[in-house]
Amino acid sequence: MRPARRWPVTQPTKSSLLNVLPLKQRMKIPRQHMLEQCAEQRAHNFTEVNLGYSEELARQEALRCLDCAKPACTNDCPVGVKVKDFVALIVAGDYLGAAAKIREDNVLPAITGRVCPQEDHCEGGCLMGKKVQPLGIGYLERFVADYEQRHLDISNLPKAAPTGKKVAIVGSGPSGLTAAGDLVQKGHQVHVFEALHTPGGVLVYGIPEFRLPKQIIREQIDYMRAMGVEFETNVVVGRTVTIDELMNEEGYDAVFIGTGAGLPQFMGIPGEHLNGVYSANEFLTRINLMHAYEFPKYDAPIVDFLGKNVAVIGGGNTALDSIRSALRLGAGKAFVLYRRSEAEMPARKEEVKHAQQEGIEFQVLTAPIEFLDDGKGWLAGARCQKMALGEPDASGRHRPVPIEGSEYEIPLSVAVIAIGTSANPIVQSTTPGLNTSKRNYIQADATTQRTSRKGVFAGGDIVTGSATVILAMGAGRRAAKSIDDYLTSGEW
Amino acid sequence: MFKILHAEFLAPGIKRFVIEAPRIARKQKPGQFVILRLNEQGERIPITIEHSDAERGTIGIVVQSAGKTTNLLNSLNTGDSILDVVGPLGKPSEIENFGTVVVMGGGVGTAMAYPTAAALKRAGNRVISIVGARNKELVILERELREVSDALMITTDDGTYADKGFVTDKLRQLIENGTRIDLVLAIGPIPMMRAVAEMTRKERIRTVVSLNPIMIDGTGMCGGCRVMVDGKSEFACVDGPEFDGHRVDFSVLVQRNSMYRAAEQKSMQDFQREKLHLDAAPTQEKTTCALHGGGR
Repeated sequence: MRPARRWPVTQPTKSSLLNVLPLKQRMKIPRQHMLEQCAEQRAHNFTEVNLGYSEELARQEALRCLDCAKPACTNDCPVGVKVKDFVALIVAGDYLGAAAKIREDNVLPAITGRVCPQEDHCEGGCLMGKKVQPLGIGYLERFVADYEQRHLDISNLPKAAPTGKKVAIVGSGPSGLTAAGDLVQKGHQVHVFEALHTPGGVLVYGIPEFRLPKQIIREQIDYMRAMGVEFETNVVVGRTVTIDELMNEEGYDAVFIGTGAGLPQFMGIPGEHLNGVYSANEFLTRINLMHAYEFPKYDAPIVDFLGKNVAVIGGGNTALDSIRSALRLGAGKAFVLYRRSEAEMPARKEEVKHAQQEGIEFQVLTAPIEFLDDGKGWLAGARCQKMALGEPDASGRHRPVPIEGSEYEIPLSVAVIAIGTSANPIVQSTTPGLNTSKRNYIQADATTQRTSRKGVFAGGDIVTGSATVILAMGAGRRAAKSIDDYLTSGEW
Repeated sequence: MFKILHAEFLAPGIKRFVIEAPRIARKQKPGQFVILRLNEQGERIPITIEHSDAERGTIGIVVQSAGKTTNLLNSLNTGDSILDVVGPLGKPSEIENFGTVVVMGGGVGTAMAYPTAAALKRAGNRVISIVGARNKELVILERELREVSDALMITTDDGTYADKGFVTDKLRQLIENGTRIDLVLAIGPIPMMRAVAEMTRKERIRTVVSLNPIMIDGTGMCGGCRVMVDGKSEFACVDGPEFDGHRVDFSVLVQRNSMYRAAEQKSMQDFQREKLHLDAAPTQEKTTCALHGGGR
């Protein structure tokens, strides 16, 4: 183990000096595949699908970077990771340096390296992708983050000089953790409140072990503790303590609200109350937070999936996380019912590919219109309707239009509804003067993340509605900067 | 960790705990509940708060052994700790001067009705309390409830104490006597709350019941605790736990609460087997295995 490095790294990396391979040759190196568990095997376990890069694979992949003068990757990253600089450090074999370089902009590299939709951000604009395949930025990020975890001694991280200012972070999901990490580096005292018994928010309760192992989250949070961030679990802000009490009685100078998208949406169709119909949030929380897949070693149960027909309704990452979990619980047949076509699916491309490899059947342009009762209060099936694509709606995606007379029934024992969430009202309803949108999301400035309340900032899904981990982290990052400005200047 | 400052059995299988939880104690209002988890393998179960003491920073809960988790909880004693306690959750009871209120507690539900009865009394209501239990031993909080009630009636199913019969018998008597009743609060087993709601529906007496569906997070995030109210899904953890008894679909509640019956029975059997084993070999190391079951 190497000694703690001085952090953050300040000297700029002359990335062009580190990769001596001529540009033309870089283009000839194929994108390096990440090792993964084979589909037959992984469909029956909760162990991580992707196994990571070896040093050789990582350096080979890193050599492909074209070292663009105007790097789209950094530009398209919601937290602005200096991609070509960290990649050049991989080429040079300085993996800890690469990790430190990422950490200048991203305090959760092991997490984003696994769950970011890179195709929509860094890899989406990669010049290599225009010609061949984009640089494996996510894979490389994951590699250096995992390397750092194994090799960096975090017991003695350097700390910024204390400013004497206290910041409360409400919620320990991606936006809260990012804001906390950035603020503690500025020397502020940062205290994170979490409603559940484990910090991590959606990273813990929402994303399954096979995509983001809990151990990784624990390690990232341990790192934040080593940076000086304090965590307090079992506090539901709005119930256990209010924002006003935090500021007036507990001496917090600023508060960041990152409570996430709260309430699961249901479809409002007949039969949703039947046993065997889950919201994705409940299903995933039972699996991920409560370890129901390890029942009876863990106490929280889940219904029996063995050999059963299971469907998820929805086409996002949550839907795929749910149905792939169901498969791992022993489901006989696993379906995705999605009302638009595969092209409109919001899920990460890699997840769709992995799910298809594992044998999950996609029934697109399909929506259930009723859940059927077995006569004893349990789900027996779904009556579905086929859809056609109509004109684009507000989201720019084609609106699904029901096809009359296309109804058919499929037998199902379990259905998981993953069609999105709406705003959890607990904080809004207990914080006077906090402006909200028509749909009860908290209103915050898109640049400063300031709310209508002095000293109160908000970001992530509680402002935007359901989005991605990295977009929430971007909001946390902007909020941290703006909180620091506010605490330094005292000006609102 | 939340320290148990005091633990005592009120009746066989019914235990009262005083727990150090200063944040919760400061905020608790009658009708609210906590969710607790006993150990790393444990499930999360909701338990109504029986009382709180903001100055001492303590809350009280009353727990009836039902499944694995409640049995394990009731094996804890003064000085032990509970890993996680979060709250206060749920909407507080609506407290105002309604006039005459009948507070009905069935079994351990009496402990949940008590803080609301006390608050209703303080708000100036005439409080008539009706407490029912299976037998004499299981009548709890009689003295406490008597202190906050203008009248207290007790029934036991087997007649071993006070009047033989059910709480609904007493309610019927009140109605038949022409007692003016402005509000009924019924907290207890589902069949009892359902029977009370059916009786008062005809009389058009506003009736509040406290529901106990299966919960996980308790903040509205999972939707597991959804109950059918007026044909629509509502979440007991954020919209309740108290609802208008005339609008609740009790059969859906019974059906959804049975969802994990088989798993609950397995957990309980494993627990009992392990307990027998441990009792037979008392020198063995204390079990770290966790418990499952119950609920409020």
